[in-house]
Amino acid sequence: MSDAGLHTLTGAYALHALPEPERREFERHLGDCAACSVEVLEFSETATRLGLAVSAAPSRELRERVLREIATVRQEPPPGGRRTRPGATGQHGAGRTRRWPAFALAASLAAAAAFGGVAAWQNQVAQDARQEARAAQEANTRLVQVLAAPDAKSRSGTLEDGATGTVVVSESQDRAVFLASGLAEAPGGKVYQLWFDDGGTMRSAGLMRASGDSPTTYATLLDGPVDGATGMGVTVEPAGGSAQPTSAPLALMSLPA
Amino acid sequence: MKEAVHISGLASAGPDLQELLGMVARGDQDAFSQVYEAVCGPVLGLVRSVLRDPAQSEEVAQEVLVEVWRTAPRFQAARGSAMNWVLTLAHHRAVDRVRSVEATTAREHKAALLDRTPAFDDVTEQVETRLEREQVRRCMRTLSELQRESVTLAYYRGLTYREVAELLAAPLGTIKTRLRDGLIRLRDCLGVSA
Repeated sequence: MSDAGLHTLTGAYALHALPEPERREFERHLGDCAACSVEVLEFSETATRLGLAVSAAPSRELRERVLREIATVRQEPPPGGRRTRPGATGQHGAGRTRRWPAFALAASLAAAAAFGGVAAWQNQVAQDARQEARAAQEANTRLVQVLAAPDAKSRSGTLEDGATGTVVVSESQDRAVFLASGLAEAPGGKVYQLWFDDGGTMRSAGLMRASGDSPTTYATLLDGPVDGATGMGVTVEPAGGSAQPTSAPLALMSLPA
Repeated sequence: MKEAVHISGLASAGPDLQELLGMVARGDQDAFSQVYEAVCGPVLGLVRSVLRDPAQSEEVAQEVLVEVWRTAPRFQAARGSAMNWVLTLAHHRAVDRVRSVEATTAREHKAALLDRTPAFDDVTEQVETRLEREQVRRCMRTLSELQRESVTLAYYRGLTYREVAELLAAPLGTIKTRLRDGLIRLRDCLGVSA
């Protein structure tokens, strides 16, 4: 289907009214279409208002059953907590370009085990485990594609306490990947969040995800297209992330031109 | 018209709920019981709107609420409000259920489906809910008939846009655009921003 045709599906998608194959096709489109993502988010919030309007009065028994059940149900770990092999450290020096694919493979193993970060919004979070695994794979494929792109360009910088950050941008794919090593885990309950810098306005690019045996190594595909952003930043945010940065950035880097 | 009414209504469900979910994500059961109070009515109402069967609705609502507990660590505020996250979960669960169960049976009763309007008439004492309901009802009236029917059947009844098209005997492309146009109008009327 053409992109214009897909764009009109924002309404049906936000209402969960797309049959399965079309939903998947649309989600692939969504990763590349910032305008669609915003519209889907607005429509979903609109649907939430429709939902609130049909609120019902639940029984006391329901409350008791739910509270009893949750006492026995184990919670999922937060996304980003899982890790597999390292491979990133020491790859920030000269001549790293040739080693990207090796790192990409390691990162790929990591991401396959972690919850996918490419999805543009909460809707993805509500999918079942099978779909999550697929999303993680897709996110991962995208990450690898950016790192391995013939036009991938990178820029490294120092974050804090000797931590290093490297941003890799593929202009043809309009996506960016951020790698960090030697970065301490975010303080209790907090997370690292990434941002695109659109000429001074910060646009959320999702949460940073640990990617190696070492909890200090991160590889993350930034959510959404680069879309002309001139730089990127990292902040520490409350669990779940924020819609706008709430703390001074740990790092601001301009994107490689 | 009381344009601004909903803002106060929604604010009390906004930042507090997000904060509570953050606590739930770290295993706080007391925080969960507060989240429960805030979301159980909307969750049950929405599920019931889609499933209609009361017993089955309670069962699915219970699943959704336990899911909120289990997956709270995944909630990301950058991707929408806390209530949005919860109701998205609820809608998905209800729709998945109705699509698996109804494939062969209830879908034949098309007339019955068309006949029903959303359950706006549920009795509830909560002022916020009543205000929200008034506002939504008013905004629904600003839609064209086809927009309103499309949005209602897709969201409140859990039909795919293809089923909506078949039911309303309208072309697929028309339903796609009506869903989008209808949501644009509702979004603007309700003052939603991302």
